Amino acid sequence: MRTIHTDEIIRNVKEMCIEANVHLSDDMEQAIRNAKEKETGTLGKQILGQLCENMDIAASEQIPICQDTGMAVLFVKVGQDVHIEGMNITDAINEGVRQGYKEGYLRKSVVADPLLRENTKDNTPAIIHYDIVPGDQLEILIAPKGFGSENMSKVFMLKPADGAEGVKNAVIEAVKDAGPNACPPIVVGVGVGGDFEKAAILAKKALTRNTTEGSSLPHIKEMEQELLERINKLGIGPGGLGGATTALAVNIETYPTHIAGLPVAVNMCCHVNRHVKRVL
Amino acid sequence: MDKRINVPFTKDEVVTLHAGDYVYLTGTIYSARDAAHKRMYDTMLEGKEIPMELKNNVIYYLGPTPAREGQVIGSAGPTTASRMDKYTPLLLDNGLNGMIGKGKRSKEVIDAIVRNKAVYFAAVGGAGALLSKCIKKSEVIAYDDLGTESIRKMEVENFPVIVVIDSEGNNLYETAVEEFRKTL
Ligand code: SF4
Repeated sequence: MRTIHTDEIIRNVKEMCIEANVHLSDDMEQAIRNAKEKETGTLGKQILGQLCENMDIAASEQIPICQDTGMAVLFVKVGQDVHIEGMNITDAINEGVRQGYKEGYLRKSVVADPLLRENTKDNTPAIIHYDIVPGDQLEILIAPKGFGSENMSKVFMLKPADGAEGVKNAVIEAVKDAGPNACPPIVVGVGVGGDFEKAAILAKKALTRNTTEGSSLPHIKEMEQELLERINKLGIGPGGLGGATTALAVNIETYPTHIAGLPVAVNMCCHVNRHVKRVL
Repeated sequence: MDKRINVPFTKDEVVTLHAGDYVYLTGTIYSARDAAHKRMYDTMLEGKEIPMELKNNVIYYLGPTPAREGQVIGSAGPTTASRMDKYTPLLLDNGLNGMIGKGKRSKEVIDAIVRNKAVYFAAVGGAGALLSKCIKKSEVIAYDDLGTESIRKMEVENFPVIVVIDSEGNNLYETAVEEFRKTL
């Protein structure tokens, strides 16, 4: 049994919220810079140039990369041999988010009731997905999610007979529909299998995977590459104003499913695909 | 084509802008997004005065991050315009000349743009740090209670935008993608 105090969780979550909003991960930053070199669309190239400059200014002046600093989404893996001391872990995470969004001058974008729409003024509550895992560590992954792209996400309940072709068509349809609204170049997170909500969570999780890695499953990796190629032939391009860089990556996660179903979720993310992970 | 334009601007100037033009705006613009639009719309329907002058002006769909000590404004990129579509025709019919946002517009908005000879610009989504540098002054003038969604009067200098829908209804989101596809 290892004891972790919630003060440590609060401090780490706070720092991670700020870090995620000012610096992209190395793979994301590199993907954008590489795309700028390769882009052949005139406006597309100009826009990618602005995005590179934007990352530089954000880092040097500690200004958030994007004004939509997102809703804080967390994936938390709790080792079953960890004892949490202090307060309730969910309260601690929300306290970390509260402090991070205040001290980091991040935007408070959460409303308490989806219909009454009054701002909570501290960007809480966060959306937290817990997993109980073996071991005595606590892994926290934070992914602030902007809603321009979130709004363009979709769930498809396909039939088993739709197969791989059906999955690919669903992804392409979602990307076409999103067009300029998801702030391309995008990263496309896809969840295949599970049930209705599992597919959506997988899709969100897929966005947090390193964009250079690819799936560990050969047939899925092949699908990721094929989809990326097809998406980039759509011509939507940076800002939706024409170009070869519509997506920087397609990441697919899968899970066993029911004999009668083939759920597919497509979670869109803009080029400001933020995620920071720490292990306590 | 690159153009430099002062805002607010008249209809005579609006009609010289064409879909695809890269434009640098200098002058005064106003920020307003979802909640401010809803409130202005409801106020106008009640026949009351709204807290900003629409005639010849440009609205920027923006909800910035808070400014740090010594900064004019925090990160300040565009938000998705389609959420304002319900409210936009009424504003255009009452003199608004331009909008800055990102993403597609509805047919009703495009019709209102053509009817009123207005223009829809896109700023680059996700370039909020860069765009904040072109905002030289910012002051909340109304709806303070809405926080990031309040209405701001802002002075901008060479603020970079692209004409997406011009006063004739040409739509760069459609034409640019088509053009690029031909090169493949
Ligand atoms: S979709 Fe992404 S880049 Fe675009 S405004 Fe939202 S967070 Fe920013």
